[in-house]
Amino acid sequence: MIRSCLFVPAHNPGMLQTADLFDADAVIFDLEDAVSYEEKDAARSLLVEFLKNFKIDIKVIVRINNNPLWFYHDVAAIATERLDAVLLPKADSESLKKALSLLIRFEKERHLPKKISLIPLLETATAIMNAEELLARPRIGGVMLGAEDFTADMGIERTKSGTEILYPRMKIALVARAFHIIAIDTPFTDINDEAGLIKDATAARTLGMSAKAAIHPRQISHINRIFAPSAAQIERAQRILKKSADTAGVFSLDGKMIDQPIIERARKTVEKAKRYKLI
Amino acid sequence: MKNGVCGSMESNDCLITVEPSDKTEIIIESIVYDFYGMQIREVIIDTLNELNIDDVRVFCIDRGALDYTIKARVKVAVERMRAR
Repeated sequence: MIRSCLFVPAHNPGMLQTADLFDADAVIFDLEDAVSYEEKDAARSLLVEFLKNFKIDIKVIVRINNNPLWFYHDVAAIATERLDAVLLPKADSESLKKALSLLIRFEKERHLPKKISLIPLLETATAIMNAEELLARPRIGGVMLGAEDFTADMGIERTKSGTEILYPRMKIALVARAFHIIAIDTPFTDINDEAGLIKDATAARTLGMSAKAAIHPRQISHINRIFAPSAAQIERAQRILKKSADTAGVFSLDGKMIDQPIIERARKTVEKAKRYKLI
Repeated sequence: MKNGVCGSMESNDCLITVEPSDKTEIIIESIVYDFYGMQIREVIIDTLNELNIDDVRVFCIDRGALDYTIKARVKVAVERMRAR
């Protein structure tokens, strides 16, 4: 269960060293878009040495390069016990199959104590259309929407209103929910627009996304707040659970009918609140 | 073989240049040389030993890099030198 994940360019030692200091629930070390073509080898090597030497207490995700030149080298380098998940850009059936096969191989060869999961980054029209098939595959631990590449693929403008990604958000949230995996929303790219971020993150959460990527530490507190239950929601959920424990079947609270689905939602709210240390 | 370069002059990083030589030579320029010069040298020597190399000249311009950064930069600089 995560609310926020912070993208950190893997070629920058100063940023690697502070990656877990900003209250993000997960960090995504980026070997892909944040790293220039000439620095791919240096970024990979730096990240490997960093992960060997630093213990990070939040989930570690690495975005690899989905490119024949670097795909194998990236997976081979990062498949260690320190890795929780691989974020696979431009994910499709073939690349997911290839990534899974490599992960299984390295987990076995290196006697890794846990299974590394895969998070497909859906960022093409075809990927969104095939979300059910892609997310039904083994080892999928979550899914992320990549809005910049998706809108580029569609040949449409990326806007702050997010109207153009309404359908991908809804589809990803729905399919992710059906497979019980996390749905991570695309980052909001204007790091100076706090009001825009709040609006964008709220819209994503309303549609059912369960977390959001951040590209700057200052975005994390807003994302964490928006993707966690509010104090009022927690208080009401606790009251519902308390009354449900003493009452059999349907009951009334504050003049409203409370039945099983509402009790279940209250249970999830309290579970999330505990997970995020809000109660 | 020509030289191989890796790293940057940004803070927390170092710029490593490796070139062929008859023996191992290490030249370090660091703002914290008095405190950490020996440690930087040791990391470079350990990394070269790990790579089984004893015939390179290493120039290190340090900007406060931690050991893991120096090690990673040396490894890639050597790979780049060999690839040339």
